Amino acid sequence: MRRFALIALPYAWLLALFLVPFIIVLKISLSDIALAIPPYTPTLDFSEGWAGIKAFFGALDFENFTFLTTDDLYWKAYISSLQIAFFATALTLLVGYPIAYGMANAPDHWRPTLMMLVILPFWTSFLIRVYSWMGILSTEGYLNQFLLGLGLISEPLTILNTPTAVYIGIVYTYLPFMILPIYSALERMDGSLLEAAEDLGCSRLKAFWLITVPLSKTGIIAGCFLVFIPTIGEFVIPSLLGGSRTLMIGKVLWEEFFNNRDWPVASAVAVVLLLILIVPIVLFQRNEQKQREAEG
Amino acid sequence: MRRLTWFNATSLTLGFAFLYLPMIILITYSFNSSKLVTVWAGFSTKWYGELLQNEAFLDAAWVTVRVAVASSTIATVLGAMAALVLVRAGRFPGRTLFSGMVYAPLVMPEVITGLSLLLLFIGIGIDRGIFTIILAHTTFSMCFVSVVVSSRLVTFDESLEEAALDLGCSSFQAFRLVTLPIIAPAVVSGWLLAFTLSLDDLVIASFTAGPSATTLPIKIWSAVRLGVSPEINALSTIMIAIVAVGVITASLITKRASLRQQADERAAIHA
Repeated sequence: MRRFALIALPYAWLLALFLVPFIIVLKISLSDIALAIPPYTPTLDFSEGWAGIKAFFGALDFENFTFLTTDDLYWKAYISSLQIAFFATALTLLVGYPIAYGMANAPDHWRPTLMMLVILPFWTSFLIRVYSWMGILSTEGYLNQFLLGLGLISEPLTILNTPTAVYIGIVYTYLPFMILPIYSALERMDGSLLEAAEDLGCSRLKAFWLITVPLSKTGIIAGCFLVFIPTIGEFVIPSLLGGSRTLMIGKVLWEEFFNNRDWPVASAVAVVLLLILIVPIVLFQRNEQKQREAEG
Repeated sequence: MRRLTWFNATSLTLGFAFLYLPMIILITYSFNSSKLVTVWAGFSTKWYGELLQNEAFLDAAWVTVRVAVASSTIATVLGAMAALVLVRAGRFPGRTLFSGMVYAPLVMPEVITGLSLLLLFIGIGIDRGIFTIILAHTTFSMCFVSVVVSSRLVTFDESLEEAALDLGCSSFQAFRLVTLPIIAPAVVSGWLLAFTLSLDDLVIASFTAGPSATTLPIKIWSAVRLGVSPEINALSTIMIAIVAVGVITASLITKRASLRQQADERAAIHA
């Protein structure tokens, strides 16, 4: 009886507030927009019994999904989200790996402090961390003041409201997600392997490529997915730093819903986004599984 | 083999400069007396004063704290239960669906979670307000709690609980006296994580908040969309300070607790 209650309570909660809402999204994505509240048809009318259910399913169609393919905006936004997520992940890896490497090779008594310094930004408000770049990157911002002051540039650079600013924002906010898994992989590594390689005549760079990189592979893969997956649906960063020219699907969904009030299309955008995400999520799960098996 | 080479020192310095400079600049300019945020015009704390008089911000902060306390507490209970189910309950009908529902919100884009919950609330006709934000935050943060707690439960030695049962404990007593103290640090960090996630959330709160309830991130969002403002800098500084103090205290406490546990274990071996 107690076991039943233990299972039933979280189960019921998740069914009611996770699965059912998602089924509603699916349903609305197959409905037509209407000038009403709520602004879509059809609604399921149980009072009409079987006829009502049949009418309901009869009225569902894929119109909103075909609409997504006919309007350039949507597929361009999907492609550009994937593209931005991909390059931002690569950049985050380039920036994060040396930091994780430095941490793993730092003296033992430094490491708890370094670890805390990486985690601290993660606890700090995401919104504030993104916002902090607005003052740095704007035309009269601190970066331009600094570069102008040094005489490196003669005119201020336009960085805010361009894709460059979005890349900087993503690398900055997601860096801890890249550093931590790589660090934990590197930290477990047996240092004597490198010594052995060097004794056997390997150059240090070659030993790095042949030993360190392969041994940190699971950390690299985990870090990349942890950055890539949430970046695709990112809303705050492109809205604050990307300006109107940066297209990302999270922003399109938001605007479709709040500005255009087109719920059926917003729902269809959400369904397609989720379908796109399934591939990296499954790959990520598989990587985690493999790592657990290797450890266990 | 652990040596601080020139390369490592450089990458650490540059890396941490990148992570911390933006926040340091933000904090510095929150003490700028000029309204023009990018021009330094002398030290002043006047923006903090203005912030404390801004009732809209104070109201939003109060809403945010109430939402965070309520949602993280419910989420901790539900998340710990979900973790127990996943690690301990064995097979039951619908287990795959259950574990899918526990892990899916972790990777679900916030815009989708927010949209789907809003459509649910409208569909069943609940007025949006503090209550709906609490429901929404509980749902996604309970999944984070359950991940944290289940990773601790996996390493937990079940024979300890069996020993308590053999010695005459009821299963509830065994849970309360043996299991709970051992998983307590994970439960506490799960609560803290849920609390921070709730404080931080903009997207899901924007979808699920009605006109009657505005949280601090929603308020900050509508202010920063218009550009950088000294008041927001001051507010950010306060929030960063609170987090820094919290994280450092928490890490000192866990360090002390683990040292004490080690000492206890040594004493138990020698006794």
